[in-house]
Amino acid sequence: MIKKIVLSVILASSGLSAVSAEDTPAPLGIVAPQNLPAGTEAAPVQVAKAVLTIGYLHLADDARYDDKLMPKQFLGAPFGRPYPAAEVALKEIKFHGEAAGVSFALEQISGKDSADLIKQVDDSQAKGIKFFVVDLPAKTLVEVAQAFKGKDLLFFNISAKDDALRQAQCQANIFHTIPNVAMQADGLVQYLIAHKWRNALILQGPLPEDQLLVEAFNRAAKRYGLKISDTRPFVLGSDPREREKNNIALLTGGDYDVVYIADTEGEFSRNANYQTLLPRPVVGSEGLNALAWNWAWERHGAPQVEKRFEKQANRHMSDVDWAAWMTVRSLGAAVQQTQSSDFTKIRDYLLAPTTNLDGAKGNPSSFRPWDHQLRQPLLLSTHNWVIDRAPLQGFLHQINNLDTLGFDQPDSQCKF
Amino acid sequence: MKNLIKLAILASLPIAYSPLAQAKGTGYVFVSSENDNIVTVLDGKNFTKVKDIKTAKRPRHLQFNPDKTMLYAACGDGESIDIIDIAKLEVVDQIKDIDDPEAFDLSPDNKSLYISLEDEGGLGIIDLATKKMTKTIEVGQEPEGVLANPDGKTVYVTSEVANMVHVIDPTANEPTANIVVGTRPRRLALTPDGKELWVTSELDASVSIIDVATNKVKEKISFTPEGFRKEDITPVGLVMTKDGKTAFVTIGRANRVAVVDVAGRKVETYILVGNRAWNAALNKDESLLFVANGLSDDVSIIDVPARKVLKSVPVGRVPYMVTVDD
Repeated sequence: MIKKIVLSVILASSGLSAVSAEDTPAPLGIVAPQNLPAGTEAAPVQVAKAVLTIGYLHLADDARYDDKLMPKQFLGAPFGRPYPAAEVALKEIKFHGEAAGVSFALEQISGKDSADLIKQVDDSQAKGIKFFVVDLPAKTLVEVAQAFKGKDLLFFNISAKDDALRQAQCQANIFHTIPNVAMQADGLVQYLIAHKWRNALILQGPLPEDQLLVEAFNRAAKRYGLKISDTRPFVLGSDPREREKNNIALLTGGDYDVVYIADTEGEFSRNANYQTLLPRPVVGSEGLNALAWNWAWERHGAPQVEKRFEKQANRHMSDVDWAAWMTVRSLGAAVQQTQSSDFTKIRDYLLAPTTNLDGAKGNPSSFRPWDHQLRQPLLLSTHNWVIDRAPLQGFLHQINNLDTLGFDQPDSQCKF
Repeated sequence: MKNLIKLAILASLPIAYSPLAQAKGTGYVFVSSENDNIVTVLDGKNFTKVKDIKTAKRPRHLQFNPDKTMLYAACGDGESIDIIDIAKLEVVDQIKDIDDPEAFDLSPDNKSLYISLEDEGGLGIIDLATKKMTKTIEVGQEPEGVLANPDGKTVYVTSEVANMVHVIDPTANEPTANIVVGTRPRRLALTPDGKELWVTSELDASVSIIDVATNKVKEKISFTPEGFRKEDITPVGLVMTKDGKTAFVTIGRANRVAVVDVAGRKVETYILVGNRAWNAALNKDESLLFVANGLSDDVSIIDVPARKVLKSVPVGRVPYMVTVDD
């Protein structure tokens, strides 16, 4: 059941809409009307207040949220659809629009494919929606954003971690709240280097996505001086003829300090701990990884965020949830700080180096102007604890230490 | 030797045997430790440990009643406010069933306790006679610092998420004003003349100064200790001297206390203390400043005139708040 947050009545000319009853949830089972004809007047007894509606795009059918897959709880994988996190943030920014004279609303838009989503975004933009939380795989995200090139719309990527979206495929109207895999690899390698674990053995899965993880890890290894002792492909299965590739003990001969596993699917890596030939830690897709969020983080107000989320969703919060929450939070902060709901002012605020977005992870965040990636600390996580926080102590940057994670300005291939 | 003479004098004074035994001033220093569920009692002279008082889980804010016979301790995971009898040094009563209590203040008439309800996004008003919550007023999410204006008419509460100080008339049902300050506002202090409200902003490395008459931010003091980036400067605790001339602001991750010249609006010096300096308290004659260091499990004791740490004393795990009975 989709929960409508606000009944919005549209003012045709402005980018904002007016409401007759703010923050009134529709009775259970009734979806509030959204497409009232333009010019419909707000009820006269109520004070009309402008509403800034944030769109929320997702696929009706998304393999990443397969309900047979999610209960397996692979490290860093989603525990559910992230929409409740956006709802939590919406409540948090209740007071943020006061000076700008706006309140906030969310509108879910579910589509079957890119074409369907593009059509619906087109309808939404006609109603004045300019900001979209986007929970889509990379390919769909690129197609949707491409269709609105040059328009005053912003798409906030909360789940596609692909490095290419920040490099060659970057688009000016996409902001990335979710960290990309290069950021995660940098955070993890910083940790290995800080602990003087200088030699890593890489086990690589057969998927193209696994290849991307290995590329990111190699890049981080080069950046921070980690040696790669060997890279060995693995396959799933128990065929004795393929034992050199499917048996973890046979895959982990030689000498190394740590085993890095690139396994997007997670089936292989979850069996790797305690099975390596040498007693060495397993990191990457299992064991320890640098994540956007961990429900166990105890500092920076994180337990309060986690608690509010758990009340809303009845489950722990994961990376994509954090990104959805952070996006709505950031939009609220931009409206509060600029005291405005103007598109350009909000966009400029999010990109300013002095911007101070609070992600409940410590260091203030802001979006990198060169590729629109949100710079942020990462949590070096096991399944139920945070071992450390990246950037690790001693990893310094001339301007902002958060830019030791991911693509710094000189590394950027993004041209908007 | 000096102490012995003092003791002798005290013993000879009839007032020391007053049956009321009010506000005699044990000289003890009380420190709450979040992860050990204790309030540590230190001797005010030699700073040795007198006792660990067991409390409910995760004690944080500590505050005395006006005559200092009782100490209230907000216990976050215990969902209670424990009441410690200073004469007995033990918990004698509890205000129960409060969701995650952290910071609070007492009304000037000592009839009500105002508490920030972090999970609910509200300011709760507890009637101290019945120990029941009589009212909650909705504020921004994650309310934190609470300060009751001595005029009895206004309560200030910060919201870490809304980046605001809410100005609340406890008889009303919603804030009378919402003042936007620096990111993640934490703790509050009024100047002794009641004209300025100071508030620390953890993620903005600053203190915002609010003009009480107009509810507007009129100035901001930023902290810039040498060798630190802004993100490592996280102001939280805040105390002011009785003459209103000096403020001490703990700046968290920068492991220092900033000494601020209130009239001059400038930082006079930074004093190095333990890890993540969180809250601080002055003793009565303002010769000593005690600082709870959250991530080094100790309390730094500063000689105020010398602007120097005399000693650091280990307490429990993750010290949060410190207060002095003298």
